[in-house]
Amino acid sequence: MADVLKRVPVREQDAKERATNFEEVCYGYNKEEAMEEAARCINCKNAKCITGCPVAINIPGFIAQVKEGNIEEAYKVIGESSALPAICGRVCPQESQCECKCIRGIKGDPVSIGKLERFVADYALEHDIKPAKADRTNGHKVAVIGSGPSGLTCAGDLAKLGYEVTVFEALHELGGVLVYGIPEFRLPKEKVVKKEIEKVKELGVKFETNVVIGKSTTIDQLMEEENFEAVFIGSGAGLPMFMGIPGETANGVFSANEYLTRSNLMKAFDDNYDTPIAAGKKVAVVGGGNVAMDAARTALRLGAEVHIVYRRSEAELPARVEEVHHAKEEGVIFDLLTNPKEIHVDENGWVKGMTVIKMELGEPDASGRRRPVEIPGSEYEIELDTVIMSLGTSPNPLIASTTKGLETNRRRCIVAEEENGQTSKAAVFAGGDAVTGAATVILAMGAGKAGAKGIHELLSKK
Amino acid sequence: MYKILKAEKLAANIYLMEVCAPRVAKHCEPGQFVIVKMDEKGERIPLTICDYDREAGIVTIVFQPVGASTTKMTNLKAGDAFRDFTGPLGRPSEFVEEDVEELGKKKFLFVAGGVGAAPVYPQVKWLKEHGIDVDVIVGSKTKDLLILEKEMEAVAGNYYPCTDDGTYGHAGMVTTMVDELVEKGNKYDVCVAIGPMIMMKFTCLTTKKYDIPTIVSMNPIMVDGTGMCGACRVIVGGEVKFACVDGPEFDGHLVDFDNAMKRQQMYKTQEGRAMLKLQEGDTHHGGCGNCGGEN
Repeated sequence: MADVLKRVPVREQDAKERATNFEEVCYGYNKEEAMEEAARCINCKNAKCITGCPVAINIPGFIAQVKEGNIEEAYKVIGESSALPAICGRVCPQESQCECKCIRGIKGDPVSIGKLERFVADYALEHDIKPAKADRTNGHKVAVIGSGPSGLTCAGDLAKLGYEVTVFEALHELGGVLVYGIPEFRLPKEKVVKKEIEKVKELGVKFETNVVIGKSTTIDQLMEEENFEAVFIGSGAGLPMFMGIPGETANGVFSANEYLTRSNLMKAFDDNYDTPIAAGKKVAVVGGGNVAMDAARTALRLGAEVHIVYRRSEAELPARVEEVHHAKEEGVIFDLLTNPKEIHVDENGWVKGMTVIKMELGEPDASGRRRPVEIPGSEYEIELDTVIMSLGTSPNPLIASTTKGLETNRRRCIVAEEENGQTSKAAVFAGGDAVTGAATVILAMGAGKAGAKGIHELLSKK
Repeated sequence: MYKILKAEKLAANIYLMEVCAPRVAKHCEPGQFVIVKMDEKGERIPLTICDYDREAGIVTIVFQPVGASTTKMTNLKAGDAFRDFTGPLGRPSEFVEEDVEELGKKKFLFVAGGVGAAPVYPQVKWLKEHGIDVDVIVGSKTKDLLILEKEMEAVAGNYYPCTDDGTYGHAGMVTTMVDELVEKGNKYDVCVAIGPMIMMKFTCLTTKKYDIPTIVSMNPIMVDGTGMCGACRVIVGGEVKFACVDGPEFDGHLVDFDNAMKRQQMYKTQEGRAMLKLQEGDTHHGGCGNCGGEN
């Protein structure tokens, strides 16, 4: 009998092997493993895990079905709350959401909720189990801006209620950050993202790519000329931030967004595609979030020696523990308590090195984390040919600047009510990174759900 | 899909296409650009808008093959289609927002170099349609490479073609034509210079001499073109700007052209290509012979 305090381990691709390919790292559970892990759930009456989930999936409910081997039923339970379970099962920070509330976690490992969700969702994709569709449309037209996690969730929820939803996407592919940001080895595009979006299409949602709202048309025009009665803005995060240090416009300095977009969206890692990428031989990724880990692990797979340069210590790394662990296993080197001062450029304008300085942790700052302070005289130089800046993003101004009466805050994020996504403009709702600044897929999905609720409350009264 | 209604070779290495893209045609203004992607595997290529017909939903683009994707694009014919065609992107030219009466008091000089005649054309046409005649200098290496001549002549107040080799029009660089016009006593309030970086740089040095405020249109490397990737950053007045959302037009007297030229070479020059090949080993996108190092 297996130790009930320990979770059923999940099979992964060998670290050495995967450091050289873009295949998915984690293989996930099979049915036996899933049923065994599901048996660890004690089906709490007052299930704390549900409160940890931004979209409030009935977690004990679906796990109870897995325990019995009724995977299709389990999928239906998840489908009541989430339109994208195969994605969430892979990229949600479960350890700080549902799983950290699990009673099992007090004495032993919490139930592997994320891996169980992924198993159920993959099973549904493999067996082509369709989500429940609305019987008929209610005739109300809703526009959703952006086909990332918040937009897809909002569109899916509204379509289930019978709304005629059109999603407008600025890029040439659907999925937003799921396709341009998160790499293949963490979230397969053909096998998972495309298929999950197919399911949203099956609900009756229409999609139009290559439409940049604020440029190709505006929200006001969508409402006045194309008769959309409500709009949900899920346009995502925007312009990448840079440090403002000397040498930053040199060739070989990229934002993580650019580096990842070239590799993920444009498939530059595949020689059959035209878009080039300067992979680099020795790469520094500046930053410590999930995006930094994604960029580092991508550069590693493209053949580089990769260093994460982060100004605080390991404890403060904002990335998920699993991502840091995977990065280390694969051979990414962590230069912690280290901060760039200057990028050195050769006579052709290319990066040749970087001066960094050692840091120490001082008093806690506004974020509650201990503030990193430079150690005087500790500068040293590292030789490099590529620097990837992964310092977060600031909101894209395209929509706010072209929509009359849409209020933004001091950080230039769109102001929206948390519970229903209502903005300062009538019949316009918003959610996801466009409202919160860069956050997670599941928080964006939660905001998409809230927006759908807000839109339904408004239009069902009409 | 975005259908190609007309495909024409304007000169050696310069191509014009009319593309059906109603949303872009309806909203585009002079100064803006589009991003096209030929097929699934192609690059996203930023191209300036040369003309548009709002009613018919048609946008005209002009391009020069410089990389693998644009080289493949030269094979497209009327009846073929682009997989993706996005826009209009970037900000319209400043004068579009200005009061027409005030505009009428200003004397404009347009300076186009090579394929830069294409983005200059809709600006000159817009001004003509608003009753404003402007002076237009168009330069090229030689007579055969001069494009859109008939069209430009029809909308320009005064049209001054120049060729570097003296085979047509004024013999010499566009900058010498600027000198000549100013020395003849012409006073200009605004200069708009669009063309290769080096031509814009030297035009700006010339207009600086005469204190003529000058606008240039930057065409750096881009990926998404919507403000997400930051590839297109240019230094303007010591500040980093994103050409796709802050531009593409900037005050030419503040642009750091040397940095911009180096950045443009990233995937282009011999050095850049060699470096890429070195860095990428077997994965180098090479062998097309068209990275454009010769430009």
